[in-house]
Parts: sequence; structure tokens; C-alpha cells
Amino acid sequence: MSEAKVVGNPSANKKILDIKNLDISFQTNAGTIHAIRGVNLDLCKGETVAIVGESGSGKSVTMKAVMGLLDSNATVNSGEILYTYTDEKGQEATVDLLKLPKKQLRQNFNGQRIAMVFQDPMTSLDPTMTIGKQIMESMFLHLQMDKEAAKARALELLELVGIPDAEKRFKNYPHQLSGGMRQRVVIAIALSANPDILICDEPTTALDVTIQARILELIMEIQQKMGLSVVYITHDLGVVAKVADYVDVMYAGKIVEVGNVNEIFFEPKHPYTWGLLSAMPDLETDDDRLYSIPGSPPNLLREPKGDAFAARNQFALAIDEKAEPPLFQISPTHWAATWLLHPDAPKVEMPPELVARLARARKEAEKYL
Amino acid sequence: MTRFLVKRIGMMIVTLFLIALLTFVLMHAVPGGPFTSDKQVSKAVMDALNEKYKLNDPLWKQFLDYMRGLVRFDLGPSFKYQGKTVNDFISNGLPYSAKLGAITLVFVLCASIPMGIISALRNGKWQDMLVMALATVGVTIPSFVIATGLIYFFSFKLGWTPVYGVDKWQGYILPVIAMGGYSVSFLARLMRSSLLDVMGQDYIRTARAKGISETRVILKHALRNALIPVITVLGPTVANLLTGSFVIEKIFAIPGMGGYFVNSVTQRDYTTIMGMTVFYAAFLIAMVFIVDLFYCLIDPRIKYD
Repeated sequence: MSEAKVVGNPSANKKILDIKNLDISFQTNAGTIHAIRGVNLDLCKGETVAIVGESGSGKSVTMKAVMGLLDSNATVNSGEILYTYTDEKGQEATVDLLKLPKKQLRQNFNGQRIAMVFQDPMTSLDPTMTIGKQIMESMFLHLQMDKEAAKARALELLELVGIPDAEKRFKNYPHQLSGGMRQRVVIAIALSANPDILICDEPTTALDVTIQARILELIMEIQQKMGLSVVYITHDLGVVAKVADYVDVMYAGKIVEVGNVNEIFFEPKHPYTWGLLSAMPDLETDDDRLYSIPGSPPNLLREPKGDAFAARNQFALAIDEKAEPPLFQISPTHWAATWLLHPDAPKVEMPPELVARLARARKEAEKYL
Repeated sequence: MTRFLVKRIGMMIVTLFLIALLTFVLMHAVPGGPFTSDKQVSKAVMDALNEKYKLNDPLWKQFLDYMRGLVRFDLGPSFKYQGKTVNDFISNGLPYSAKLGAITLVFVLCASIPMGIISALRNGKWQDMLVMALATVGVTIPSFVIATGLIYFFSFKLGWTPVYGVDKWQGYILPVIAMGGYSVSFLARLMRSSLLDVMGQDYIRTARAKGISETRVILKHALRNALIPVITVLGPTVANLLTGSFVIEKIFAIPGMGGYFVNSVTQRDYTTIMGMTVFYAAFLIAMVFIVDLFYCLIDPRIKYD
């Protein structure tokens, strides 16, 4: 089998971000870590893609590459990140963000076209600058606004992200706000220059549960209002189910399964996705113990032989030890990289507990449709 | 704010009182006195001297007398130099020490902070290595060795600068370098580690993600945060530099306060020891206080109320 084919979402919407065969490694004292091993990922206008996977699977690194914010010890070995946008003259243009000079990427794309919301709102705001100034900063630069216009827009944004008493909060420093409020400010900063793409790197992980849902709803609401395309990086499948149109499951620097949200949640094909779904707590579960995927992700200092997930996979086949599985197509939108999908593979069904659980979840979901 | 100021000034007075008390007790605990000398003085003369300077009074009374003078900023007469007061010594020496100190301070700030910044931004490159090598030399080699080395090369071998004295402006060059060397090195290292720490913070990543230029990220976001620990140590550094270095003043024959202080200790000139110590302590306490006030300007998280 040849290298993985480019996976496409046959969506009616236009492709806005197209990551092709991205390959990144990091030089460390211990050696070279091959963190991203050929990632393909699409994002279409107005849609939401979620990247899920364990810590260290390469979710954040992939998106940092889009922003040009990779650490200095990172090397991009190959790949393209094609971004399609409407330029100043109203014409459609496509650039490879990896080929742009860093300065130009920062000046013309970061914040202005592609913005990012970070994980920990407690540390992601400058403690010595008022939130008003932090929101206005990119407007001065990207929208060439004067102070008055910027302030008016900043107040508007603060209201949009649901901060009451915006006029007063405008002059506050980050330490005067709660975690949830700060995350709203971070979102306001990200939105300040009207981006096309919003990348949310675990936007709710550091927040308490009661705030999480509200922040997610806020992002969805804004997405609809402004026609944003959103990428979520998360390990919380609850978040994925709530917000995503398409899901990319990442493992050891590769996308192992991709599909629309229903396909991933109700007909998952990759044993790793089965594991992730089984590890989700559920009220109905009779077991005292919460399932977790045995073992830990492979150390990417050494190139994994065969399927990187084989060692932790109770359904692993002999071929998994030898050759890496290609992506097999299941439906026009659904692909998975597992030898179990090969026509010659033995018939393996997902574990019965998971089948029962997914059936319950589907019933639950149908109530809302 | 008013409550803070009142409380803080009260604490400063208490601190100063304790320093005066401790110095007084220690000074008198050392055997001998201002009039002990190699030459035998007759008992009658000794008694008369002790009587004149009230050294026969009980210690507590002497201390109270001293404190009574101190609150009127009268540091008393020198026991060793007839007709001179400690206030004279300070008003003679301080201008020299303060001028040298002020120039050194400017030199220290202008050298150390840019050095630290360059070193942090070029982390691991040759600029960083060079600055850190210089800083290690500056921290480890004592100022009198540096001073001697500087005099040997620049005054003796090259003849560019005077060997001693500050009559011409060139005279300041070597003492300033020798005196500031330690502070420059220390502050450069502090600035470097502080800036490196800040550059790794999440809010710097946020600033970069906004798309603002790297220069602006550093100027507007990183420096201000990185300066906070530097400002902390600036108070004692300023006090140290302005009140003079005994060693440097001695080497370059600068008639600053340092010389008076050293002589007063070897000669047991009680009032001069007390006066100099209290003056230095008051200056230090005031500087730390000013630094604390500066804090709330630079770091909004600190509020005094």
C-alpha cells in the first residue's frame, strides 16, 4: 500500500485550511523526536473540526505550526499548510503558510486571519497590561484603527463575549477577573481583528465545569454570527460531541481516524477510537472501574515499527507489528488507519459494552434532534 | 495608601532605632575606647577626657543623650578630631561619594540591562556566551583586584587615565568601572534569567498569536514583566553605590565617606561610627521604601492599602 491518500471532506463549503503531509521533528538533548508523522487535515469555511487524542499525540504541535509558533528546536521536514483567503483586493488567494517568511506570517496572518485561544486563561494574559489595551493591541495593527474606534470595538467585543459592565472591565487588569472571565477576554482578543479561523487549544480544560459549557456555547454562537471556521484541540470527547462537525483522531503524530461527528461517535472503526470512547465516563456504566486504554503512547524518539498503536491494541493483528496500516475509506467522509478494515482481515467487532454504550448515547442524542 | 505610608514609615523608624541600639551596644562591648592609645596618658587627663565626652555616664544615659541628638539630626562631635562634628564628615564626604555613586549607578543601569536583554534574546549564541563570561568575571573577581588591574593597564601602561583623584573627568572612569563591575554582572545575570523566564510565559505566546511584531512583544509585554525582579534588588544596590565603597575610594584617593568610616572604626571614634552607620542604614531603608513604591507603578497586582 502506498502512503496515505489525501483525505477530503466532501463538504459543500470551500476548503479554507488544507494541511498536507505535515512532518515535524524536535531536536532535544535525548535525540530527535519525530512528533508529527504525516498529518493531513482539512477545514472548510464555517465548519468545526475537532482534533482529539492523548497528551503528546501532536494535536497542539500541528496547530502551532499553522500559527508559526513552533518552538525553536522544531524542524518542519515536509508538508504544506495551504490557507485560502480573500486578500485586500477581494481576490481569492492561497498560500503555503510554511513557506512564508516568519515575519510576514506574523504580520499578515496571525491574529488578523488565524487567531488562537489558549488553554490556561490564568497565565495567557499579560499581568501588567489592562485587558482593554490587550484587546485593542491587534486592532491598531491589523485594522489600522485609531484609539477611539478601537475602544468602541473593544467594548463591543467585551459585550459580545458576555462580560457585563464592559466599560469598567476595560480598565481592569487580568488579576481582577475570574478564570471564566479571563477566558472570555482571551476569546475577545482572538476575535479582535476579525479572523477567518479560530484555533481553540483546549479552551475549557482549565475552567471549572459550570463555566465550560458556557464558554463552548459562546464560541459556537460567535462562530455562527461571524462565519468563523473553528479548530478545537481537545481530549474531552464531551466537548467534541457538543461542538464538532468533523473529528480527527490523532495518535503518535498521525491521524488514525477521521469522520463526521456521527460516524466517529456511532460507528467508530479504529480500536484507538474505541478505547477513547470506552474511557469516557457514562452514568449507565455498571462497572466500578472506569476503562482506560492500557499502556502509554509510544516514545517517538524511536520510530515506531508497524502500527504505533499495536502494543496497546487488544485487537492487533500480526501485520500490525510489521507494516503501518494505510487509511481505509469507509464512507465519503469516514476514513480509518487500521488493518482490521482490510478485506482479508478477520472480522472484529467493537467490544459489546461499547456497542451498548453507543446505542444508549444515540438514543439520548435522538431526543434532541 | 495613607494607612500604608503611616505604617511603613513607623516601621522604618523602629528599624532605624534597633540598628542604632545594636550598633551602640556592640561598639561599647568591644574593649578599649576612643582615648586608648600607645602613648601613656596620665590618669588625670584620661578622666578629664572621659568627663568631657560624658563617657563616665551609665551606658543607657549615654544612649539616650545620643538619641536626643539624633532626632535633631545632630550626630555629635568627633572624639578624635578636635572641633569637627560627624555632620561635618558627612557633608564633606557625601558629595564625593554620591557623585561617584550616581555616575556608577547610571553606568550600571546602562550596561547591565542591555547586556541582560541581549544575552537572553541571543540565548546560547556567542553574544550570550560573551556576556555571561564577562558577568562571571565581574561577580567573582573582587573590586580591588579589578581596580588594580585597570590602573596597571589604563593608567600605568597606556597612560590614558589618571592613577588617582577625581579632579578631571577622566579620573572617574576607572573607579566607576571597578565599583560598578559587580553590580553590572549581577544585574545582567538577573535580567537575563528573568527575561528568559518571561519569554517562555503563556502571555508572550498570546501576544505573538495576535500578530504583533517580535520587537513589540519584547518592548510592550516582556520587558516590563522581566524588570520586576531587577527593581527588587535595585534598592540596596543604589544605597550601596551612593554611600560609597571604602575600598575603591581608598585605592583612587577619593575623599568620600568611606575613608571616614574605616578610620572611625579603627580609632574607636564612637560618635563617628554611630553617625556613619545610622546614616547608611537610613539611606538603605529609604531606598528599599522607594523601590516598594515603584513596584505598584510597574506591577498592577501590587496594591498598598
